[in-house]
Amino acid sequence: MIRFQNVYKRYSSGREALSNMTFHIAPGEMVFLTGHSGAGKSTLLKLIALIERPTRGQIAIRGKNITHITRRQIPAHRRAIGMVFQDHKLLLDRSIYDNVALPLIISGVAEREIGRRVRAALDQVGLLGREQRSPDELSQGEQQRVGIARAVVSKPPLLIADEPTGNLDPALSLEIMKLFMRFNSVGVTVVIASHDLGLVERLGHRVIRLGDGRLDQAV
Amino acid sequence: MSETTAATAPVPLATRVRSYFLRHVQTAVGALGRMTREPMASAMTIAVIGIALALPAALQLLVVNGKAISGSWDSVADVSVYLQQGLSSERVTQLAAELEDWPEVRAVAIIDPGSALEEFSRASGFGEAMTALKDNPLPASLVVTPQSDYTDAESVAGLVEALELVPEADIVQVDTGWVKRFNAILELVRRAVILTAILLALAVVLIVGNTIRLDIQNRRAEIEVTKLVGGSDAFVRRPFLYSGLWFGLAGGLLALALIGTGYLLLRGPVARLAGEYGSGFVLHGADASSALGLFLTGGLLGWAGSWVATTRHLRRIEPS
Ligand SMILES: Nc1ncnc2c1ncn2[C@@H]1O[C@H](COP(=O)(O)OP(=O)(O)O)[C@@H](O)[C@H]1O
Ligand SMILES: [Mg+2]
Repeated sequence: MIRFQNVYKRYSSGREALSNMTFHIAPGEMVFLTGHSGAGKSTLLKLIALIERPTRGQIAIRGKNITHITRRQIPAHRRAIGMVFQDHKLLLDRSIYDNVALPLIISGVAEREIGRRVRAALDQVGLLGREQRSPDELSQGEQQRVGIARAVVSKPPLLIADEPTGNLDPALSLEIMKLFMRFNSVGVTVVIASHDLGLVERLGHRVIRLGDGRLDQAV
Repeated sequence: MSETTAATAPVPLATRVRSYFLRHVQTAVGALGRMTREPMASAMTIAVIGIALALPAALQLLVVNGKAISGSWDSVADVSVYLQQGLSSERVTQLAAELEDWPEVRAVAIIDPGSALEEFSRASGFGEAMTALKDNPLPASLVVTPQSDYTDAESVAGLVEALELVPEADIVQVDTGWVKRFNAILELVRRAVILTAILLALAVVLIVGNTIRLDIQNRRAEIEVTKLVGGSDAFVRRPFLYSGLWFGLAGGLLALALIGTGYLLLRGPVARLAGEYGSGFVLHGADASSALGLFLTGGLLGWAGSWVATTRHLRRIEPS
């Protein structure tokens, strides 16, 4: 599903965020990406979503080498990936429904189908019936669940999340992680960056440890 | 299909086409809605576009009306042939008939010395002095009207030359100098209109471009998120293009309203003035097709302005 081959990422500032990364994540796997702040977790996820490009090395997603794909091909690549962010990146001037519907509208799904799928996604994250509210009216944990609903609404085979529980207390964090595990149990490949080692280890999934942009140890 | 995600069953083409058009309508209506949410700013933009479009259009109407006036002076292309003194009236009539047979001549009118004198006395106010004259000092003359396809400057000049060769002709005269000057001025104005139109079209593009640029800045977060979840450049750009189109069309509508108002205000006074000069001239307004042209030009320029702004500014907004 995800293959990194000797990948380096050096930012224009000169900072080498990732050095010689080589690893593979199989389809249907659930993997946690851990490491101290600044270790390169976010950078790694950005390379997968082509928000950043690698300086050297090869990256293949779903068997397709994305190292040299053109700008025009990026949107289609991103549509096959569900992304969740620490600050959830919701549009506060739109309803919850509109936020979750955005990926479907972009893909040209028919109006009636959109309604059905948005409600299904909101149901999966336990927010059915709140469609017309603004994300503003929700708690942090609920906002994050809207973000997850938006990430899964078009049923992508790959879900990546950058510190999805960074702003949440331990109980809520566990709840969110269990939500991701539920998606993983139906076959979605899930990669979650988190510095909450305690929580990650308790969940018992594969962990990729980063330290200063290098692979510490792959479990 | 690159547009569908791998895990999603491909959406049937007919459905995709239908929802594509539905999306366009929704996007267009949405853009219109956003314009009304900032009524003052939108009104200002539309006002500037409307004035910029109305100005060259009004000048163009001025030229059209000028041409209509100049065209109504076809009698000035008449050539006056003053005959030598002492020709018999039979000879004058015969000469008129001969000239009428020329292919480039449409009609010949005879002005005999008597009526010429009468006309001169009346027009000059020297009536008393004239009646004091024993002999009529004026010669007979012929007014030669060329055929309509011989009224251009070159043909008239040729006609004058030919008439000068007629032995009985004394002076051949065509007074088109001031018509030429008028037409030259008209031509100058016409070129000024083209130049003005080009400059103001550019201004409209810049105005819309600037408005859209500000809109893009205000919606930065939305653009970023849309790109993040896989919105293509075309998708991100579409609402802005519709905004530009609406601004341009609204500006075109305003320009038409301005010109229409100007027409209604000027029509009466112009007709009165023309009446005072014994002319039946009426002010020409814009016809339906040029009105439609102006409206659509507005839309096109608005769209172009938005196209420039989105091309320059949307690319720079990337998720990070
Ligand atoms: N856009 C950027 N430009 C320059 N340096 C960056 C940029 N993004 C991240 N970095 C640097 O790269 C390193 C890895 O950052 P990041 O991937 O965000 O780590 P993490 O998510 O593990 O905290 C850090 O030293 C950070 O300062
Ligand atoms: Mg990070």
